[in-house]
Amino acid sequence: MEFSDEQVTRYSRHILLPEVGGKGQKKIAKSRILIVGAGGLGSPAAFYLAAAGVGTIGLIDSDAVDLSNLQRQVIHQTTDLGRPKVLSAKEKINALNPDVEVVTYEDRFTSKNALELVAKYDVVIDGVDNFPAKFLINDACFFADKPLVHGGILRFDGRVTTIVPRKSACYRCVFKHPPPPGLVASCQEAGVIGVLAGIIGTIQATEALKLVLGIGRPLTDRMLDFDARRTAFREIRTRKNPHCPLCGEHPTITELFDHEPETCAVNVTSGAS
Amino acid sequence: MHVKINGKSEEVQGATILDLLKAKNIDPHMVAVELNSAMLERDRLATTPVKEGDQVEFLFYMGGGR
Repeated sequence: MEFSDEQVTRYSRHILLPEVGGKGQKKIAKSRILIVGAGGLGSPAAFYLAAAGVGTIGLIDSDAVDLSNLQRQVIHQTTDLGRPKVLSAKEKINALNPDVEVVTYEDRFTSKNALELVAKYDVVIDGVDNFPAKFLINDACFFADKPLVHGGILRFDGRVTTIVPRKSACYRCVFKHPPPPGLVASCQEAGVIGVLAGIIGTIQATEALKLVLGIGRPLTDRMLDFDARRTAFREIRTRKNPHCPLCGEHPTITELFDHEPETCAVNVTSGAS
Repeated sequence: MHVKINGKSEEVQGATILDLLKAKNIDPHMVAVELNSAMLERDRLATTPVKEGDQVEFLFYMGGGR
């Protein structure tokens, strides 16, 4: 694979980096990254990965663009209202960089399709807004042995962590199961400061690129929490949990399954953090 | 007794990790608890004593993304 003059110019600021170079840029061009959820986190991640020249970006989302999305889901525009998010996102990606092959799945990510999908990609980015899907992505990446960049945002707080299955702490090593229904708010009910999606989503894209390039130190065995009120990052060390129901010494989860969908009612809010 | 909770040094009273949660009005089902860099099983919260210098992390679920 050789780059055209145009491509050399397009990616010149990457190629100039000793850690990337022409060789690294080729790795990026050959890479396949799956983004689950074409929304708040998925938007900035998709944009930067597209600009970076990722060969194939997979997008799975079953939703259509809603007016309330536009406060943070920057890949969609007012003229996209009502259109499938994956199509809206694909157009913006290709307008930014026609080198990128975008594979769209206008579908929900479930235990039925998860494994087959994840298996086709090198890295997976979690950009979903609910716990059942977050746990399912974690499990699917474990069974398919694919690195995962997890992200979450709520109100003024965000979190990122990278999971290399069997080598580093997984999501279930920390949070074994989803919270009881109604106890913890998701962003739909609780609100979120829009720019947080950009901050966390772009860190996820950075992590994905580092994994593809094999450079730096991944955000594994660490949770990076961001508090937008104080503009402060905090790193929490984690480690593989021998009691993890998925990757521990005596796993109780041996195949993919769907957790019960969340109910929208919120009884208690997390005010103590 | 002094412990570090979510990175902040605090003077606390209470015999167990569960007491710390109760003092902050945190439902144990809302958090994962890490004690000195190891996850603490939920059923051990009530039986695990708090010791001087402990580093405790109350990790809240963060579910959004869209």
